[in-house]
Formats: sequence, structure tokens, C-alpha cells
Amino acid sequence: MLFWISTTLKVLVAIGFLAQVAAILLWVERKQSAMMQNRIGPNRATIKIGRFEIRAAGLVHSIADGIKMVWKADWEPTGGDHLLYRLAPIIAIVPALCLCAVIPFGPTVFIDHARDLYDPAWATDAAVAARSVPLQIANLDVGVLFVFAVAGAGVIGAALAGWSSDNKFSLMGGLRAASQMVSYEVAMGISLVGAMMIYQTVRLDEMVTWQMQNCWGIFVQPVAFVLFCTAAIAETKRVPFDTPEGESELVAGYFTEYAGLKMAMFASGEFVEVCVSSALITTIFLGGWQFPFVQLTGFEFHYFGINISWHWAHFIVVLVSFLSFCLKCVFLIFMQLQVRWTLPRFRYDQIMKLGWRMLLPAALLNVLVTGTVLLFLNSPGAH
Amino acid sequence: MPGKTKVMKKPVRTLADQSYLLEVVKGLGTTLKHFFQGTGQMVSGNVPDAVKYPLAEGIATISYPEEKRPYAERWRGVHRLTHRDDGSPRCVACLCCSTACPAQCIYIKPGEYPEGDKRRGYERYPVEFVIDELRCIFCGFCVEACPCDAIRMDTGTHMTAFDEKSAFIYDKDKLMSIVSQHGTQKSENPRHEPGEATHPGIDRLRGGH
Ligand code: SF4
Ligand code: SF4
Repeated sequence: MLFWISTTLKVLVAIGFLAQVAAILLWVERKQSAMMQNRIGPNRATIKIGRFEIRAAGLVHSIADGIKMVWKADWEPTGGDHLLYRLAPIIAIVPALCLCAVIPFGPTVFIDHARDLYDPAWATDAAVAARSVPLQIANLDVGVLFVFAVAGAGVIGAALAGWSSDNKFSLMGGLRAASQMVSYEVAMGISLVGAMMIYQTVRLDEMVTWQMQNCWGIFVQPVAFVLFCTAAIAETKRVPFDTPEGESELVAGYFTEYAGLKMAMFASGEFVEVCVSSALITTIFLGGWQFPFVQLTGFEFHYFGINISWHWAHFIVVLVSFLSFCLKCVFLIFMQLQVRWTLPRFRYDQIMKLGWRMLLPAALLNVLVTGTVLLFLNSPGAH
Repeated sequence: MPGKTKVMKKPVRTLADQSYLLEVVKGLGTTLKHFFQGTGQMVSGNVPDAVKYPLAEGIATISYPEEKRPYAERWRGVHRLTHRDDGSPRCVACLCCSTACPAQCIYIKPGEYPEGDKRRGYERYPVEFVIDELRCIFCGFCVEACPCDAIRMDTGTHMTAFDEKSAFIYDKDKLMSIVSQHGTQKSENPRHEPGEATHPGIDRLRGGH
């Protein structure tokens, strides 16, 4: 019972959050780019209630955009494949939403012991474990592999949109999206192999636990971190990797022929992807929900001969962990937007070269080095 | 003496440049600097006045309809027809402006002053004077061509964006109602009416008509 209630709640919260994320990120992106470019940014949309005018520093623009999107003519090309045309935006956004199912955003909550100090015995005690809620929607054994499988499905949406629109620009955009995403998925997958070898698992929650007990992934796999971030940005198809849209040569790429809400689904899908990829990078490389020096029992600092133990109740630890997860995600989203407004777009051939000739070999080399080091460390003579 | 030759050095691309990563970090540093500067200014309300100090560091937006950048005296805005002392147009309907206009957007219907008017026989007046401001390219040739300083573009006003095309057709009354940047409907050049002592040309009194 508890399982069903908590899972439903978690799903609703996650989907509800991700549905809003596009509106908020739209505002963040506009304001952030404005600040970077010495502008004020949009601030004219106003809600008037009597004498009061609400501008909310431009947040109203997101609402106005939403209303505008709903009321736009839902135009469809006369040629092309109508079923696929309508299906494509859904296929593009659903995988991004699914991805958030496997990301742990906090430690397991033991409901009966909220005010107690954490005890490792809880996890093994069947009665206690039965009344516990993991802060992760689906704890899959395949973890990261699920992420790759589902993220790979996202490309189908873009490719189908390009194909079914009956437009040459769309088709070119769809082709570019497909080849780009497939290329970068290879580099993305291999860049994580090193991390999986160190963590000895593909489960995301165990990865976080490993990082909590040892150290953050970014310190043991710095190269993989850079490679993965690059590939993740490429996967979101945003600047500097936005040749599938390529306004200067392809009008709007694979969603040229989309209008109104369907277009909004593609656009918000991009923002959801930014959000989810940030969460993923956080989980794999930045210690997930772990706050520096905070263990499940509270604040623990045992380095350089200094020993500080500051025990917290279980619910405080959960709260701090959850907030730390959010904080890290917000930071990464901020950085992704910053990159998007800093770098100029690559040429299409440069993207392909970067993917196959730079990222892939670097990722393979990373695997080799990681494997060699691990072999030496784990060989009997090393200790 | 032969001039000095300056040999431009070809920029070298180091391995660091080539790897791109370092440059990305540098670029991010620049944009982050601007981001925090701008955000700091917005939050603290310390935004420099972009109208007065256009080169100041930080936010440079001018919130247009509320704040305006002052235009130069010679900036070409919407046309106006200047007035004489008695409030009639200075225009003598010579058609110089409409002839000079490359966009051919000026239409003038000239007319004779009525019998008994002392200007009759010297000059005509525009019965209709229409400028299609939508066709106008704001080149200022009409102003240059006018021998009477009757048409000017010193209004300092933009063309307004109207909803319908007919609103862009400015007729004589409209053109005569527009004032200059300094609020006057006259021109600074004095006007000498026929019959006045200052009138430079030959007239009925002095020339033996
Ligand atoms: S500004 Fe140029 S285009 Fe406009 S009315 Fe005068 S001459 Fe014609
Ligand atoms: S050139 Fe001057 S005087 Fe002649 S018609 Fe045009 S506005 Fe009138």
C-alpha cells in the first residue's frame, strides 16, 4: 500500500515538476542571456488586477507564451505522414520524462525513524525496510543502461518529425538530429564505462552510495566528466550543437512544420532534457544527493587528523540531501544555459569530427587507463 | 621618404587554442563576469543611465518609449511643412521636392492664389500636399531640394507604426500640424513676403511689372 501511494506521489511530483520546468527555464534562459549581454530582457508582459500590475521580472512572459501557444492555429502540412507527424512530438518528449524515473533524488526515507539517528541495521531489518520510501521512482537493476536505452529513443521523435513533415528542411534537420544523437550516444556510453568500472555497479543509487563512502566521481573520472558533459549537451540538441535546428540554413530544422502546442512540446522537451541531463550528471559525477562531508548519520569530517562528528536526526539528513541534489542540478542547469549563450554553433562536419575523432577515442583511452589503474590497485601485490 | 612597413604577424594557433577546452573556459569566464555584473546591477537597482552614459559598464538597455536617446539636430524624422507668420504654408508648390524624391511619394496639387491676393502671380500654393510615409525612404532629398525651407524633417519623431496603410498617408493638414524638435511650426530662416522691403527679388513695386 505504502509503496503504491508513495510511488504515485513521486511520479506526480516528478511529472508536475518537469511540466513546469520548461516555463521556468524559458524565463531563466531569457533573463540569464539578457544579463550576459548587458540587456534587461523581456519585462513588459503584465497582469493587471485593478490598479495592480504584476510583471514578476518577466515571469509573466512565460504564461503569455503558454497562452499564445495554445491559441495558435494548429496547422498541419497537407502532404507527409499524418499519424507520424502527430506522434513525433510525443515520442520526442516522453523519453526525457521517463529518464527522471531512475534518478535518485535523496536517500531512502525510513518513516518510523524520522527523528532517530540513522542506523545501518534499518536497511536489513525487514519490518523497518517495509515501511521505507526510497526517493527514486523506479530502482532498476539496469540503471544506467536504462538511461541509455530510453535516451536513445528520443532520437526517433526528431527523425520522425523530419520525415513526416514533407519538407526538405525538416528532412535535413531530422537526418542531422539522428546522426548527431547516435554519434554522441556512442561517446556518452563509453565515457561512462570507466565510472561503472570504479563504482562496480550500473545501479544509480549504488553509484551515489559509493560516492558518499569514497569520493565524488568527478575526482576519480575527470576526463569522463568532461566527455559526458559534452555528449550530454550534444544530446539536448542545443547550441553549440544545434545544427538539427540550424536557423541559418534549415529554417527551424526538424520542427519547421510544427505549430502551436506541438512545437511547444519540442521546445519544452529540450528544456526537460537539459534538466534531466543535469540530474544525471549530478548523480553520476557530483555525488548525487550527497552534501559534502554529510553521511547518513550527519556531518562527518575525519581528515587531516581533525575529527568532527555532528549527528543529525534522520529527517534532517534526508532534507539536506534532497536540497543538495536540487542545488547541484540548478548549478548544472545554469552552467548548461551559460554554455548555450557563450559558444557559437559548430559546423555540422565539426560536430561529427568532434564526436567520432575526439570524444570517442578519448573515452576509449579513459577506459583503458581506468582499467589498467584498477588492475594494479586490485592485484594482490599492490597492498 | 618611403613609408614604414608594418609586418602583421600571423596569429599562431597553439595546442591550447586547438584543444578548444581552455578557450571554452575563458569564454565562460567572460560571460559569467557580465552575468554577475548585470545581475548585481539589476538587483541593487544600480543600473547606469544608458541615455546619459552609453558607454558605461553593465546594463545598456534604454526602455524605449519611456526613455529616449536624444537625436542629433540633423537627424531625419517625420516631415513637417513649415508655416509663414500668418499660418499659411511656406510651400510655393514648385514641385522641386516631388521631383527630387527618389521614392516618388510626394503628391502636390498646386493652385493659384485668388485674385487680389498680393502673392498672386508670384507664387502658387499647395492645394493638396500628400506624403506617403510608408513609401518614403527618409533620404531627406525633399528637404535639400526645397528652395523655400518649406519642408523639413527636424521633428525628431519616428514614423509611428499604424494598423492600416491609409494612416501612413500624411496630408497637408497633418503635415502642417507637426512641430519641430523645439516645438516651433516656423523655420529659423526668415521669410520675405512679396512687397516687403526685404524681399530680394523683383516685384510689382520695384521691378516695373
Ligand atoms: S525623404 Fe526622400 S523619399 Fe522621403 S519624401 Fe523626402 S525625398 Fe521623398
Ligand atoms: S520644394 Fe518646397 S516649396 Fe517646392 S513644392 Fe516642395 S515643399 Fe513646396
